[in-house]
Amino acid sequence: MDFLNAIVALTNFVMIPAVAYGSQLALGALGVTLIYSILRFSNFAHGDTMAFGTMITILVTWDFQSRGIGFGPLPTALLALPLGIVATMALMLITDRTVYRFYRAQKAKPVVFVMVSLGVMFMMNGLVRLIIGTEDQRFTDGERFIIKARVFKEMTGLREGLAIKTTQGITVVTAIVVVALLFWFLNKTRTGKSMRAYSDNEDLALLSGINPERVVMYTWLIVATLATIAGVLYGLDKSFKPFTYFQLLLPIFAAAIVGGLGSPQGAIAGGFIIAFSEVTITYAWKKVLGYLMPENMGPDGLVQLLSTDYKFAVSFAILIIVLLFKPTGLFKGKSV
Amino acid sequence: MSEPFLIGDGMTGGYGKGPDILHDCTIAVNPGEIAVIVGPNGAGKSTAMKAVFGMLSLNAGAVRLGGEDITRLSPQDRVVKGMGFVPQTSNIFTSMTVEENLEMGAFIRTDDITETMEQVYNLFPILRDKRSQPAGELSGGQRQQVAVGRALMTKPKVLMLDEPTAGVSPIVMDELFDRIIEVARTGLPILMVEQNAKQALEIADKGYVLVQGRNAFSGTGQELLADPEVRKSFLGG
Repeated sequence: MDFLNAIVALTNFVMIPAVAYGSQLALGALGVTLIYSILRFSNFAHGDTMAFGTMITILVTWDFQSRGIGFGPLPTALLALPLGIVATMALMLITDRTVYRFYRAQKAKPVVFVMVSLGVMFMMNGLVRLIIGTEDQRFTDGERFIIKARVFKEMTGLREGLAIKTTQGITVVTAIVVVALLFWFLNKTRTGKSMRAYSDNEDLALLSGINPERVVMYTWLIVATLATIAGVLYGLDKSFKPFTYFQLLLPIFAAAIVGGLGSPQGAIAGGFIIAFSEVTITYAWKKVLGYLMPENMGPDGLVQLLSTDYKFAVSFAILIIVLLFKPTGLFKGKSV
Repeated sequence: MSEPFLIGDGMTGGYGKGPDILHDCTIAVNPGEIAVIVGPNGAGKSTAMKAVFGMLSLNAGAVRLGGEDITRLSPQDRVVKGMGFVPQTSNIFTSMTVEENLEMGAFIRTDDITETMEQVYNLFPILRDKRSQPAGELSGGQRQQVAVGRALMTKPKVLMLDEPTAGVSPIVMDELFDRIIEVARTGLPILMVEQNAKQALEIADKGYVLVQGRNAFSGTGQELLADPEVRKSFLGG
């Protein structure tokens, strides 16, 4: 039995990756939940919005790199991120003006909006692939690790190493800052409160003189910011591939729905629930169990519940369980 | 007699392209007065008030506020002109605190709102204690106070209440009526639709009895209460 090594192995292979992945999902789910509560539809184009923002950030990063502009030990992409956000904001506002506003004026049903967002999704999908191609892009530079596995082993004398990637550290720090700013905005500023009021009771918000078009505009700007940051963090941590971002839609929606659609707290909780479930279920527990079980009783197989190829099954399963037993999600959102 | 402060004059109209619900219906209210619209179910009481507030289009007639014709204005524009409206249902932001509800009520104002908020808290002291509680967690009577308070935050020139006592207990109803009288004493004209015809007419300076979208009787509250016709048909003898 070797608790210490077991805990280190668990932290290294499960906790840290899940926290980073959970932060990325939480940021993505926040965007989905904001659109759901204010524009009142499920935005299927969210994954591709993330892809678009990330693509612009990557292009700007390449430009910076070719000119020798760097960010020291941090990835250059962080410098390029504001430009990615601005470009995504522009795309969101153009999409809203040319597409969604028409359907708002018609007072279209939510399901029509969902189908419209599906169309927008395909458009963005094509746009991103036309510009940057379908291949995998890695754009991380700077220092790769905050703590290296080998250094950790030498420091502690343990058999197991603990590595924290720079991108994981950046992800968590950025997510905390962004979420704190978002909650401050929604709870303390006049505009933020008017967004909550509009989400709570549209008719009464109109009676109170809240301008719906302004609320919608601010929502898109915030969503563009959240989506781009989530996309860039995911891309830095793993890699950027348009198809992967499209697939991210599922865990992100699962996170938003598990937490309760329309509830920002729920989106964050949901992000972590989905991430931890996905990582723990697809992780091969052989090593950790090997440390915990008595000598010679360690498992022979990998003790992996599901192959990583099936990780989306986890999101699906959680989604179905939640929809069956608690359709409003953990934080009392709106039922789907 | 000079023109009343707010008047819906000879209003005829219905929802959308549907049939007319109101037929040549006239409702008016003056500063310091409480005007009450009563009548049997389906008489078009709420519809008459919504017509005054611009929530349905009139085929004939006009709405004038302080002598200005506002017939063509949207409800939102009428709020800016000084009309405060408290809907019957969904009249508060349930997920927001009491104080945020009041703040949102004052959204169109750009000046300092602390004084008005203080007045609302003085009028409804219970709201001061519950200022940081989500409004959705309050009791029915307290919610109605939030709803009225929210409407008062715009400093309206006229206040319109759609069945403010719907679904609250008789004791709470009496208290709400007391508060409404208090608001009226500040000089603010109040136009109100009420199910509880007897109690409402007792506090009314002016009463309108609607039947099938038409003015059946009108007069002071006391006159209507004394009118044998009205007593027989609406007040249960």
